[in-house]
Amino acid sequence: MKIVVCAKQTFDTEAVIALTADGQVNATGITLIIDPYSEFAVEQAIQMKEKDGGEVIVLTIGNAGAQSAIRHALAMGADSGVLVDDPAIAGGDSLATALILAKALEKLNPDIILGGFKSSDIAGAQVLPRVSSILNLPNVNVATHLEWADGKAQVTRELDDGVEIIEVALPAIIGAQQGLAEPRYPSVKGIMQSKKKPINTWTLADIGVDAGAVGAGAAKTKVVQYTLKEARKGGRIIEGEVPDVTKEVVQLTRTEAKVI
Amino acid sequence: MAGIWVFADHKDGAFRRVIFEMLSEGKKIADFLGEELSAVILGNNVESLAPQLGEYGAEKVIVLEDAKLASYTTDAYSAALTSLIQKHQPTVLLFPNSSTGLDVAPVVAQKVNTGFVADVTEIVYEGKLQFKRPVYAGKAYASIAFADATRPMIATIRPKAMDVADPQAGKTAAIIKETAGDFGDIRQIVKDVIRKASGRVELTEADVVVSGGRGAKGADGFKLLETLADVLGAAVGASRAAVDEGWIDNQFQVGQTGKVVAPQLYIACGISGAIQHLAGIGASKCIIAVNRDPEAEIFKTADYGIVADLFEVLPIMTEEFKKLVASA
Repeated sequence: MKIVVCAKQTFDTEAVIALTADGQVNATGITLIIDPYSEFAVEQAIQMKEKDGGEVIVLTIGNAGAQSAIRHALAMGADSGVLVDDPAIAGGDSLATALILAKALEKLNPDIILGGFKSSDIAGAQVLPRVSSILNLPNVNVATHLEWADGKAQVTRELDDGVEIIEVALPAIIGAQQGLAEPRYPSVKGIMQSKKKPINTWTLADIGVDAGAVGAGAAKTKVVQYTLKEARKGGRIIEGEVPDVTKEVVQLTRTEAKVI
Repeated sequence: MAGIWVFADHKDGAFRRVIFEMLSEGKKIADFLGEELSAVILGNNVESLAPQLGEYGAEKVIVLEDAKLASYTTDAYSAALTSLIQKHQPTVLLFPNSSTGLDVAPVVAQKVNTGFVADVTEIVYEGKLQFKRPVYAGKAYASIAFADATRPMIATIRPKAMDVADPQAGKTAAIIKETAGDFGDIRQIVKDVIRKASGRVELTEADVVVSGGRGAKGADGFKLLETLADVLGAAVGASRAAVDEGWIDNQFQVGQTGKVVAPQLYIACGISGAIQHLAGIGASKCIIAVNRDPEAEIFKTADYGIVADLFEVLPIMTEEFKKLVASA
């Protein structure tokens, strides 16, 4: 089975977010990692390959720096990477991201497509559903378990108050939620091997995407402004014997916080 | 092209509160843009649900009934909504940020070639309509506007982020019955639906959340949390540490890769307060932290901190809340 994982590079989830003088999110000094949701998808793909054979290709959009996210997936056990890198991509919205992925996926022609159902940074939660619409493939989102056989996938999809089991024919697009597969740490051997694995860089022309269809000029939505969340003013420790302290805190929820 | 639409998702013949929150905010958007507020109901035999939506501000309720809409599938619902949009061309379409809303909205947005903004917590009425939403797991917000020619503006609205206006008893909405066109192939076959009915309110809708972390030490610790939650009518949540230990199902995880909650009261028990967890609880009105470690990060965020073992604190806290609730 040929499995393509759409993976994204994001800020380390530990990162403290600050804004630049002109109001953009400041990326200076921030460690970049493979997105946690992408990582669930990579792990699932590798487990599928380990069970049934096949190959795992990691597909990422970004500049040369995004290769490190692909390398991480290769060190986990993926076979090769594709990086779509083109200056015309900058400033694009989720429609553009979906279009680029869809065109690259057409070229790769996979049996199943995996990816994060959202990212841990922007969390736009729409790229894979959009890709599914462009490619006219079924999409199952927020997946926490996946079984596959005979050209079909059975996907456990998380609901607000439970789960549902959805069956789709392959090829299909599956959006990973936490729980789908617990990502392994790359082994030393895996890291060494990853350095020899190929990462192909494609431009928009390579996948037949018109530069005018992506980028800031084509964007249908635009961030007007970023604001930082105000810090909570917490930090009050109630001191004393446990029964007294507990009683006092419970009372404060009504007398002071007025939440009960 | 006109109209503000609210997708009125329903379950077991009832609406969740977020639908009324969306109608209340949708009325403000309608007034801001000088347009009309409508609700959209999909399902089978659902017309009887419509009148309630009128009381919460919908002037029209578009009802599309079909056996193929009896239970949710991405393909059937996205096809139905796409045909309604193409026919009526609304300006704004709001969905709840629920498992259904978040699944169908981006597909519909792609089908009608428009933008989509997920998990909106505030509508900003400055010049252009702006959809404000958390990014970087709530560490920052982005206010997003649609390009002038891009319609409809599609968004999902986070539960509990917006206020509900008082309903006007007896206010009626015009019912517009639509018929379904061709749904095409419905490729998602629903084999089973397993409701994990804990009998509790959902995390994202709860007024009180009691959460446990590594300090809960296991299922026994979570039993203490459950007992407290019973008294408060609360939802039970967990930190990633507790989920990773297998003490509780991952759907109850609160934080950056879990649920984002916005209760009146959040009680963090044996949770250290990793930045990823704090990202999911920042909108709580009041936070109580119970942790043995006085250096735990959670105490910097909590309104009230108790430095003690949760196994000692929780039985007392449960009794005290029982008394407090009884005295209401």
